[in-house]
Amino acid sequence: MVSVSSPDAPEPTPRRRIRKRRIASLGILVAALGTIGTLYAGLAPSGSAASNSDPSIARGRQLFLQGCASCHGLNAQGGVRAPSLIGVGAAAVDFRVGTGRMPLQQHGPEAPRKRPVYNNAQIQLLAGYVASLGAGPAIPTNLNYQSADVAFGGSLFRTNCAQCHNFAGSGGALTYGKYAPSLSEATPKQIYEAMITGPENMPVFGDKEITPAQKLAIISYIRTIKTEPNPGGAGLGRVGPVTETAVAWLVGIGALVIVTMWIGSRA
Amino acid sequence: MSDHPTTTSESSPQELVPLSEGSPPERATRTTLRYVDDRLGSANFLKRSMDKVFPDHWSFMLGEIALYSFVILLLSGVYLSLFFHASQRVVVYDGSYQPLRGVSMTDAYASTLHLSFDVRGGLLMRQIHHWAALLFVTSIVVHMFRVFFTGAFRKPRTINWHIGVGLMVLAILEGFAGYSLPDDLLSGTGLRIAYSVAESIPVVGTYVVYFLFGGDYPGQDIISRLFIIHVLLVPGILLALISAHMMILWHQKHTDFPGPGKTEHNVIGTKFYPGFFLKTNGFLFMVFGVCAALAAFAQINPVWLYGPYDAGQVSAGSQPDWYILFLEGSLRMMPNWETHLWHHTISWNILIPGVVIPGIMFTLMAVYPAIESWVEKDKGFHNLLDRPRDKPVRTGLGVMSLTFYMVLVIAGANDILASTFHWSLQATTWVLRVLIIVLPPIAFKITKRICLGLQHHDAALLHHGVETGIIRRLPSGAYIEVEEPLAPQKAETLAAQIGYDHDGHPPALAGSTNGHAAADGGISRPVGALAKTRSKLESFWDEPREDIPDPHVPDDAEHH
Ligand code: HEC
Ligand code: HEC
Ligand code: HEM
Repeated sequence: MVSVSSPDAPEPTPRRRIRKRRIASLGILVAALGTIGTLYAGLAPSGSAASNSDPSIARGRQLFLQGCASCHGLNAQGGVRAPSLIGVGAAAVDFRVGTGRMPLQQHGPEAPRKRPVYNNAQIQLLAGYVASLGAGPAIPTNLNYQSADVAFGGSLFRTNCAQCHNFAGSGGALTYGKYAPSLSEATPKQIYEAMITGPENMPVFGDKEITPAQKLAIISYIRTIKTEPNPGGAGLGRVGPVTETAVAWLVGIGALVIVTMWIGSRA
Repeated sequence: MSDHPTTTSESSPQELVPLSEGSPPERATRTTLRYVDDRLGSANFLKRSMDKVFPDHWSFMLGEIALYSFVILLLSGVYLSLFFHASQRVVVYDGSYQPLRGVSMTDAYASTLHLSFDVRGGLLMRQIHHWAALLFVTSIVVHMFRVFFTGAFRKPRTINWHIGVGLMVLAILEGFAGYSLPDDLLSGTGLRIAYSVAESIPVVGTYVVYFLFGGDYPGQDIISRLFIIHVLLVPGILLALISAHMMILWHQKHTDFPGPGKTEHNVIGTKFYPGFFLKTNGFLFMVFGVCAALAAFAQINPVWLYGPYDAGQVSAGSQPDWYILFLEGSLRMMPNWETHLWHHTISWNILIPGVVIPGIMFTLMAVYPAIESWVEKDKGFHNLLDRPRDKPVRTGLGVMSLTFYMVLVIAGANDILASTFHWSLQATTWVLRVLIIVLPPIAFKITKRICLGLQHHDAALLHHGVETGIIRRLPSGAYIEVEEPLAPQKAETLAAQIGYDHDGHPPALAGSTNGHAAADGGISRPVGALAKTRSKLESFWDEPREDIPDPHVPDDAEHH
């Protein structure tokens, strides 16, 4: 189990039909954030009550002032360039900084995944500082996804994630230059964090919608198909028939036309 | 080609040759023929068949790719049918593919998984079948463009052109039916779209889909019906049409490009046996080889990754096979228009791109030969092909249609493009909407220009010879480039291609293409709107070609 789950979370009924979710509806997003906020209020150990005298929080604040405050404001209250970070939680910071999306380097439709600028210890400090400003999702630990039900995770994945990330997590286009990235590089922890924080255009999947055990099943599925070899040969990017088309024309017909010309020239 | 040993001109006299004469393959044929003839008395037919002459040009083999991939489809398809269950009964998967164990799915999907993971050679066979299907449709399209751009569709071959259009439509249908059989998430999404397209047809649409699907989507019947359509109905019709196609081809003999000694009344090339027979058999194995190699090294339609069809699920980048992509593209490109009339919704956003546009495309394809011969008042027989450049308007129209089609295909993959290149999906769609209107006419203009340029180049070659790159200074001080006349054989071929007749007369110019203007007694005034349209179209089609000089009149004007 995960440390962040509430103790009385019901065990998931396997293969229960999961309702189809609306994409990035603001209402749901706000509601979900609210739910999560309350849910974690009691769980976050380093809540706002924790005094700023904690030396690690002071160090985190130091890093924040150097690398983030120019956009997010001196007290992470937000500004014209970036939103407030009060209440986004440690998980959001760990995800954004751990995937290299923050500090933002270039304004575009979406912050791309990059090499992280901070090392793990620094990210923990930053996350601790932001978490001290207001309660939010904590960084998940002990993600014991190996024992989760892969097939169930697959069904959940197709219901909740495939419409944006594609059937095999290869990524896909969203509107106006935004895209759902490929999931091949995300670590189990980052996958979990993405679900509970809903970065940018991705909706938040609260524990009411997808229980922690179900989240582990999804992670298990993503990791399984990622490492699974393609039994049929080259995977062709796992994006469906478009690359197959290219191969059929360039390699298939291309090769045969060359053969025809060759036979023709020797006849 | 005429110097090649096996090259023959059909209509060569047949005399009885002693059995011991000739090369080993020739002797083998003769012995076999004698054997059969002694018993059936049919050798005359066989002999004629064996001596059938096939002209040599690589592009004449494109149709054969289609033929051989069809053979592969039949063979691999039979193997698949042994294991595939065309049933929508819901089962719980317990095969060897771990990430789907315990999932509820239809028997159709489960049996496809079984084929892929638990049947010996099953996955390879599925992949061979699917790659061959892509090659089948692809080669049909490429073959069709060869026929179009060389004018091989003209009388007397119009019926074969129509059969070809039918074959193409059926091949697309067959592919779609097959693609839908495994009942995976992607094909189910495609079937769902097909359902809405059929439903959008005013008045009858709802009844048609109810009849086809046996109720609301997805119903219980569609997979078993598609199965019969896919393994029996359409292959049967395809087989019949392909046979008709080949018999007509056999009977009418193959067309050929103009060249020395080639006329509207002869065929020059390789005898069916042994030359063409060996060539075409080699080719059969090449097509087999390419399919097998693709199937062995490139994964296709990994249905286990798509998951079983579920109405509540959809994947990003749900594309059909490429031959349906143009429909997908036209649907994606269409603005969202609907009209509400007396409690009915007319979904223009589906009706126009899904029914009207493909309808127009295939109709135009079918009637093009009639339009061209009507406009050109051309009722003649044509056994010699045109080179694309010699028919700038036809070639232009062809490239124009191809451009239109390509934009549709690309639009079908707009999300893949957008996510690959990080473009905005909306902007991509809008750019494609503009391109589909702007690009085709531009393509027409450019193609026509290129054709005329090539004609000019040919004429110059024939008339002045090859530019050697050697510059010489004349006593007058001017510089000229030394030109070398073409080798006689090349010149003869080129002259024939440009259209000089055997006496070296240059080709007829516009207005008298088929001699009708002269026969009509000069200028005839068109009467009636139809006639006027025709005469306008005719002058558009027959715009004067680049001036072609007569090779027999020495050219003494100074050039350069
Ligand atoms: C160049 C300006 C810039 C800098 C520097 C920057 N950010 Fe951001 N940050 C943004 C913008 C803009 C957004 C909102 C867009 C988005 O969600 O990606 C954002 C969003 C975030 C979010 C998500 C907020 C939410 O509502 O979930 C987090 C967490 C975050 N930043 C953390 C950081 C941290 C930690 C740093 C310093 C290491 C940092 N940022 C530096 C511009 C910046
Ligand atoms: C509405 C579309 C949408 C849905 C549905 C969605 N995502 Fe996302 N996802 C996104 C977008 C957009 C991003 C990129 C966020 C960013 O750049 O900050 C993303 C990012 C991610 C990442 C980070 C990838 C990386 O390499 O950094 C993970 C992991 C992820 N999503 C997992 C999931 C899972 C698991 C689900 C299903 C439970 C899911 N997503 C559902 C749109 C979506
Ligand atoms: C003539 C042209 C044909 C075309 C274009 C065609 C195309 C296809 C395609 C695209 C598929 C999906 C394959 C996949 O799973 O990836 C398919 C499946 C199938 N085809 Fe065909 N096919 C043809 C002929 C036949 C014939 C003649 C038979 C049987 C006699 C046949 C039997 C099957 C069966 C049983 C399946 C489903 C099995 C499976 O999906 O694994 N096909 N076909």
